[in-house]
Amino acid sequence: MAEVQEWDVIVVGAGPGGSMAAREAAKAGLDVLMIEKRQEIGAPVRCGEGIAKVWLDEVGIAKDPGWISHEVKGARIVAPDGKSVDLTEAQAGNETGYVVHRDRFDRTLAEQAVRAGAKTLLKCAATAVLKDGKGAVVGVRAKHWDTELELRAPLVVAADGYESQVGRWAGIDTKLAPRDINTCLQYELVGIDIDPDFNEFHLGMQAPGGYIWIFNKSDDSANVGIGVNLSMISGRAAVKGYLDKFIARHPNLAKGQNVETVAGAVSVCFPIESTTADGIVLVGDAGRMVDPITGGGVVNAVKSGMVAGKVAKECHDASDFSRAFLQRYEKGWRELCEEQLIRNYVAKEKLITLSDDIFNKVIDALQGYRIERVTTMEILRMVQARYPEVVKELESLL
Amino acid sequence: MTITVDHTRCMHCGACVGTCPMNALTLDETVVWVNDDCVHCGVCVTTCPVGALDDAEG
Repeated sequence: MAEVQEWDVIVVGAGPGGSMAAREAAKAGLDVLMIEKRQEIGAPVRCGEGIAKVWLDEVGIAKDPGWISHEVKGARIVAPDGKSVDLTEAQAGNETGYVVHRDRFDRTLAEQAVRAGAKTLLKCAATAVLKDGKGAVVGVRAKHWDTELELRAPLVVAADGYESQVGRWAGIDTKLAPRDINTCLQYELVGIDIDPDFNEFHLGMQAPGGYIWIFNKSDDSANVGIGVNLSMISGRAAVKGYLDKFIARHPNLAKGQNVETVAGAVSVCFPIESTTADGIVLVGDAGRMVDPITGGGVVNAVKSGMVAGKVAKECHDASDFSRAFLQRYEKGWRELCEEQLIRNYVAKEKLITLSDDIFNKVIDALQGYRIERVTTMEILRMVQARYPEVVKELESLL
Repeated sequence: MTITVDHTRCMHCGACVGTCPMNALTLDETVVWVNDDCVHCGVCVTTCPVGALDDAEG
């Protein structure tokens, strides 16, 4: 017999989205249980660990040397032929600024949730959703060590990341086409030669439909990783092959030693139609909210998690956990995140079709210009001056 | 045909789980399971960054 527990909210997954939902709901006075299938929050890391600085204050996350590994001045975009252009943080906007220790970052956010009153269970994996007679989600079934649990709650926050199984068990469609998936591998290399002030993004067919990143963790170490579009590869271990080849081609990296291997996948899709059903909301990666250009998921996970936690309180007060009522969540996260997701999805659809020749010409055209503020229009204007034929190729980005 | 998991290569990252269109794979902390809903489409094999999955004859 399963042990039955009653809660106001069950949060599945203790990543940034889950912890922020738990924090906000607990702060509002709800009884919140956050479950995590791993034995420790934040590990193993599945992230390139580059994040922007500017949004942290808005969401109540104090900058803390405990989870900041390194600070950079900007991003260096590198063409297949090796030419590059530098973007400062203010210009690039996204995914630059800090390179973090994601395990410590996630732990800090979970601590915030706990201090707000949330309870946690680790080594506790959701195995199914509980539904009432009308099909509404009313909790999850879970396994904690060797104990079967029936965790009942009128609202489940599914923050189970890319795997996104809880929402699918509830009947929400989070299925992805291969074209909307980038699969990733990363090594943390120590003892390498890098420019500590710039995180690098290497474009082109060395990472088909994605990019290779070098995100600096210190003056002589970095996360060197790759994301590849699933529609553009075949066979086993293709991703590892691309990354190993890239490192072998770069002696400044090849001399380093690997101290951590990280694998994973991200969605690079158009925002999904629905992230709610009766009694359940999806947050962050589970709701397919990853930026289709950068592959970054933390910011939208935090923002959607906070909306979910606040809406949980509104549901509780109204005693209404229906999908109709949960449109407040749907509307809330989309107002914060959707415009950029759509814009970057359109850009990604174009970018994965571009040849190395085009990337080389675009970066070449930007040589010697001082870029004040990166806008698509400005880049196109510069490219047009040098390679008018390339601009035709890029027109759809307008 | 059957999907096999090479546990010496598996990184327990969950890339295959989120990719599977049938929701037929589950990652139980450190073990990946394939259930009967698998239709052997093979997308998990390509997704796995380190080649831990294979679509074996049998």
